[in-house]
Amino acid sequence: MKIHEYQAKALLREFGVPVPRGEVATTPADAKAAAARLGGRVVVKAQVHAGGRGKAGGIKVADDAEGAERAARQILGMRLKSPQTPPGGIEVRSVLVEEASAVARELYLSITLDRARATHVVMASEAGGMDIEEVAARTPDKIIRQWAHPALGIQDFQARRLAYGLGLAGAQFKQAVALIRGLFALYLARDASLAEVNPLVVTKEGRVLALDAKLNFDDNALWRHPAIVALRDVNEEDPLDVEASKYNLNYIKLDGNVGCMVNGAGLAMATMDIVKLAGGEPANFLDVGGGASPEQIENAFRILSSDPSVKAVFINVFGGILRCDRLAAGVIAAIRNLGLRLPVVVRMEGTNVELGRQMLAESGLALTNAADMGDGAKKAVALARG
Amino acid sequence: MSILVDRSTRVVVQGITGREGAFHAARCKEYGTIIVGGVTPGKGGTTHEGFPVWNTVAEAVASEGANCALIFVPPAAAADAIMEAAAAAVPLVVCITEGIPVGDLVKAKHFLAGTSSRLIGANCPGVITPEQAKIGIMPGHIHRAGPVGVVSRSGTLTYEVVGQLTGRSIGQSTCVGIGGDPVNGTSFVDVLRLFNDDPETRAIMMIGEIGGTAEEEAAAFVKAKVKKPIVAFICGQTAPPGRRMGHAGAIIAGGKGTAAEKMKALEDAGATLVRSPADMGATMAKVIGR
Ligand SMILES: Nc1ncnc2c1ncn2[C@@H]1O[C@H](COP(=O)(O)OP(=O)(O)OP(=O)(O)O)[C@@H](O)[C@H]1O
Ligand SMILES: [Mg+2]
Repeated sequence: MKIHEYQAKALLREFGVPVPRGEVATTPADAKAAAARLGGRVVVKAQVHAGGRGKAGGIKVADDAEGAERAARQILGMRLKSPQTPPGGIEVRSVLVEEASAVARELYLSITLDRARATHVVMASEAGGMDIEEVAARTPDKIIRQWAHPALGIQDFQARRLAYGLGLAGAQFKQAVALIRGLFALYLARDASLAEVNPLVVTKEGRVLALDAKLNFDDNALWRHPAIVALRDVNEEDPLDVEASKYNLNYIKLDGNVGCMVNGAGLAMATMDIVKLAGGEPANFLDVGGGASPEQIENAFRILSSDPSVKAVFINVFGGILRCDRLAAGVIAAIRNLGLRLPVVVRMEGTNVELGRQMLAESGLALTNAADMGDGAKKAVALARG
Repeated sequence: MSILVDRSTRVVVQGITGREGAFHAARCKEYGTIIVGGVTPGKGGTTHEGFPVWNTVAEAVASEGANCALIFVPPAAAADAIMEAAAAAVPLVVCITEGIPVGDLVKAKHFLAGTSSRLIGANCPGVITPEQAKIGIMPGHIHRAGPVGVVSRSGTLTYEVVGQLTGRSIGQSTCVGIGGDPVNGTSFVDVLRLFNDDPETRAIMMIGEIGGTAEEEAAAFVKAKVKKPIVAFICGQTAPPGRRMGHAGAIIAGGKGTAAEKMKALEDAGATLVRSPADMGATMAKVIGR
């Protein structure tokens, strides 16, 4: 799960990580009032669940409250497009107005999981700011890494190594060590999957602080963090994805016209692959999971067929825990209840397949049967062409 | 022969009084697996659908000589269940549970590193040695005994490949689902090593997917050590490049993790790559001369 920068900064503050003073605003008038309260130069920052905002025109500096109002008027309501947003961009609904810092140096700091080492890694670089990915690609040795002990976390000597690696000394060194420890404590305590501060800055007055903050959380751990769940902003998510998540369905909308309904993420990805190999384009990724009930199947069907670009549906199920008779019951109910007119190709195998096939045959519905997944993909692609 | 499990494996089911645990314990037993009973804290001394229940894994080991734990415990308590099995010195721990917080798995994996236990999964279909023991949730009837070792990160896609193999009368030595979570107990390399040393496994079918670098590590191992023919499929070849989250993911992966990268690494290591998931069985048939 992702949250906004202003929410992330509140969490950072809670864990003793210094951030600029700031307020969130949803109208230009509120932005003006916030800037007046903060006083002096401010930065007005688009709040969307994606980075790369600076390069996309979502961040503007203003000298005074009137300037902040003008900047907010330009940013609020814009569709912000960056390499981290969906192709159509994201509409900006709020801005963070915060005091402008006099930046002396821009550094990079992040924490995430290193799958290969099965533990968390803290990464830092002197080359922070908006071009960090190019730095990583061209000069990977400019990124310093310290791996956390899986049970004991990051030790002080590791935080010191990172701070020395960032070229810090004296008071800034001490601030950075404390900041790294605070960020790591937050990452662990809240089951974050990513904590990224880019840039981490040293100001001209010699303060070290987080100018940007990105926090993502492990969806599997949200049950133990109700305060994090409360930060969810569904406006930032695709409406069909939101609907699917209500029924515990793993759905991602794509651009094609062959709707796919599959059990298991691996088989779902393989089904998208084979639809493409057959010359078609999948309209979605949809994993109905192992223990899907007929009701879940019906909801899955409703969601995927409510995408107007879908011209044919390909059901590809290898029954393990999901029994084919339950699948058949869900499909029959969905088609009847929704009055669905789309062509549907069914390929099923595995547990209780005979019973499932019999139920579909006796339903009297006009379904196309497929012998295997290759056959099913060909038929679905042909039907989607019309 | 086979790897990891066979007809002498004695299984204790953790979470046997839950819906999934009870259902699958019965299916495994039907298949011929020795299920000695189950563990549910607080229900020790009772029986559940014919299976004896203990409070702790250690009791199941002491009274029945359990040497494999099969875990169906809900996500919040699953990492604890894994560590309990390891503390009871159960050599093989198979965790089916899906949705365990990754932070819990990091700790559980570290806990296991100091023991003699091996973890398979979590978030996996389990392990089956056809016609001997089924320890997991896979549909048993699609398997048959034979020469091909199967290892996969995905559940249902494993059933798909097994279905294609059996449909061509090609049996399997053992099928191992290593699980789809970012941190797992047993890697591709671990299983490839076991298959490579197993005289009855004559060829290996490997199913990978996009993300992480486990397939690249497997490729390096194949190149250095594996003499047996390998057929590989990587799913997610056409998945749209995921919307990136921050920069850290891209920095850490360093350009690795795409299907194209993984396929090239495996091909360079001498594996036969399958482009279409419909051709997995047919390609294996060709490679082993059937
Ligand atoms: N409070 C501030 N004071 C001064 N400069 C700021 C402030 N906030 C942001 N900036 C400047 O704007 C740049 C971009 O802002 P920020 O890093 O918050 O957004 P972003 O472009 O979305 O980040 P990323 O590229 O990491 O995704 C920063 O690198 C910094 O130079
Ligand atoms: Mg930034």
